[in-house]
Amino acid sequence: MDFNDTPEEANFRKEAYDWLKANAPLKEGPKDGWRTASEEEGLKEVKVWQKKLHEAGWACMHWPKAYGGRESTPIERVIWGQEVSKFKVPGGYLEIGQGMAGPVMMMYATEEQKERYLPPMAKGEEIWCQLFSEPGAGSDLAGLKTKSVQEGDTWTINGQKIWTSGAHFSDYGILVTRSDPNAPKHKGLTYFFLDMKSPGVEVRPIKQISGGANFNEVYFTDVKIPDSQRLGAVGDGWKVSLTTLMNERLAVGDASGPDFQEAFTLARGQDLNGKLAIENDSVREKLADWYCQQSGLKFAKYRNISALSRGETPGPQSSITKVVSGNKLQEIANFGMDLLDSGGIVRSDEKDADQSMYQMGFYGAAGIRIAGGTDEILKNIISEQVLGMPQDMRADKGIPFNEIPSGNK
Amino acid sequence: MNFEFSADQMQLKDIARKFLEKEESVKRARNVLEGDSPFDEELWKQIAEMGFTATAIPEEFGGLGLGYLELCVIAEELGRSLAPTPFSSSVYLASEAILQFGSDSTKQNYLPSIASAEKIGAFAHSEANTAPTEENISCEYKDGSINGSKIAVADGDIADFFIVTARTNDEIGLFVVNSQSKGIEIKSQSTLDPSRSHASISFKNVEAEALDSGWSNVQTLLDRAAVLFSFEQLGGAEACMDMAKEYAMGRYAFGRSIASFQAIKHKLADMYIAVELARSNCYYGAWALSTNAPELATAAATCRVSASQAYHECSKENIQTHGGMGFTWEFDCHLYYRRCRQLAANIGSQSIWKDKLISSLERANQL
Repeated sequence: MDFNDTPEEANFRKEAYDWLKANAPLKEGPKDGWRTASEEEGLKEVKVWQKKLHEAGWACMHWPKAYGGRESTPIERVIWGQEVSKFKVPGGYLEIGQGMAGPVMMMYATEEQKERYLPPMAKGEEIWCQLFSEPGAGSDLAGLKTKSVQEGDTWTINGQKIWTSGAHFSDYGILVTRSDPNAPKHKGLTYFFLDMKSPGVEVRPIKQISGGANFNEVYFTDVKIPDSQRLGAVGDGWKVSLTTLMNERLAVGDASGPDFQEAFTLARGQDLNGKLAIENDSVREKLADWYCQQSGLKFAKYRNISALSRGETPGPQSSITKVVSGNKLQEIANFGMDLLDSGGIVRSDEKDADQSMYQMGFYGAAGIRIAGGTDEILKNIISEQVLGMPQDMRADKGIPFNEIPSGNK
Repeated sequence: MNFEFSADQMQLKDIARKFLEKEESVKRARNVLEGDSPFDEELWKQIAEMGFTATAIPEEFGGLGLGYLELCVIAEELGRSLAPTPFSSSVYLASEAILQFGSDSTKQNYLPSIASAEKIGAFAHSEANTAPTEENISCEYKDGSINGSKIAVADGDIADFFIVTARTNDEIGLFVVNSQSKGIEIKSQSTLDPSRSHASISFKNVEAEALDSGWSNVQTLLDRAAVLFSFEQLGGAEACMDMAKEYAMGRYAFGRSIASFQAIKHKLADMYIAVELARSNCYYGAWALSTNAPELATAAATCRVSASQAYHECSKENIQTHGGMGFTWEFDCHLYYRRCRQLAANIGSQSIWKDKLISSLERANQL
């Protein structure tokens, strides 16, 4: 049992580090990171950085070289991720394309389409979004209603999607629709990709509880999609969606925001009733609980990496990460503000102020516990896929979709 | 990265598991609980024949000279099967105290007989219904003998010798005392887990042999033992999770398996999360123990807290999942519920270990 790289892994790590060192500044401390002025600027910065990565062979590392990848092993991706985290580099915007749309295109698109769409995705030239959830279909995604009707070689789309991250700056989208409302709900779905500039696509931002607007509602009014942009067979959209969702679960990891270290540092410098907060027993007890959770996740990840290193595929065990870290973040954010007493809720213009960090965690945690599979859905996945317990009885099984009760939401 | 037990270690684990299943260790725990004997002597002898008691003792002292990783996987299986033997007292505590803090002659005197299980050692530390601290320990060592008393000493009534914490000048030290010595009085104490025996001990001018002293040595001993105790707790926690799942799958209500109800599924998912966190932290502890890492104090407290929490969660929710049957004497759920509490109490409470964890992080000044 050790934490050491194999000689091959060590060589790869050095190669990654050396390249990064030559192309990006190192972080100066745990709070240091890439800062961007606005979403628009951030997008430009990411595109420049991604182009650089691509030219040096560090883009979409697990993809085939023909589409701009490196054909890396899973452990190499992990090592790359560890090394990148030491540097100040731009991020975001590209994950949905490279992490979810890419794998689906790889599996279901024609060779011609792969050659057209995958390299720009790898280079960061074209941005993709995922048009899945609807106002009435979130955790029960297969309950979606956006209608697709085929006429000759053309499909016409009408309906509404929601929670679409980045739709407002995306060039393309992956879309799942209902093509047969008379079939049972998982059987009547069809999957496409489309140009987000198609006539009839309207993107409206949704203001979140944090005040920001990272995601959108997307309306479809008589949007035309050629049949050649269908992914998978007509009626097979659920199967194709599962490929995407599986990749989404791999992509959604640790909740970002203040963790044990931030809370510990705060408690060691913060006055509480005439003493340092760290001297308070209830503070110590809470910190110990969070440390154990953080440590458990860290070493669970090491166990997964070890499995990758041996060439094994880690199981769905990684589903625990988001459940634990989302809830931990929510508690730590609340604790941090509480230690700052009345001032904890006051907004500061300084981005680095303690209360700003905890306030962002307070908002962010509420979102993290829902995004990419709610806590409840993830617990279903753990009990069904890891522990092998039966699925819940479904009231809609085998019933034609248009006869399923849908309530008012 | 290779943060896993080796194939050989996993094979040893499998051997231990199958052996304890074949010997019906859980049934033996029930027999001890219901009967008069303080432990299962037959199982204890077989465990020794398997070489488990000799695992981490160096060959020069009659052991097998394997490592602590091997001992960790054995501990997990002993925990899973509720083995009603003095293994933890003799191997994790007494043997470790002598191995770490004894002179060569003390090691020669005691370790071979611990390895062969001819002798049983126990750790006498608690004195009252509060955690023993550097300030409140009142047992006293002076001029070669000990005066004072200890309570809730696990395996105290079957031990051949004790490792005793006592005050000398202004320091707390570790001392070896023979249980047959003059002036010693041992009284069995019944506890909520009668599958493990306990005793109170009083010392009146009892001859004692000093080990390397100091409160920090006492802490190191507890840290080392905590990793091994954590593996027992982990094994017990996972056994409870498995029992709960098995029962839920086969139990039908409202026309279907209760394992299909989300209330039950989410309960099991919570158990799984607790077990996975504990397992990962236990591996951290195992790594620190086996490499004598400077992080041992942090790692030990982390796995101890995490494994205690997981066992508590799983043993109580196992009863809950079983419903009324879980509350009966007949079902095994209570055996685990009891052992969970016994192991949680054995080397100090959750509050103490949480405090130790934060203290160790403060010392490491990890900012």
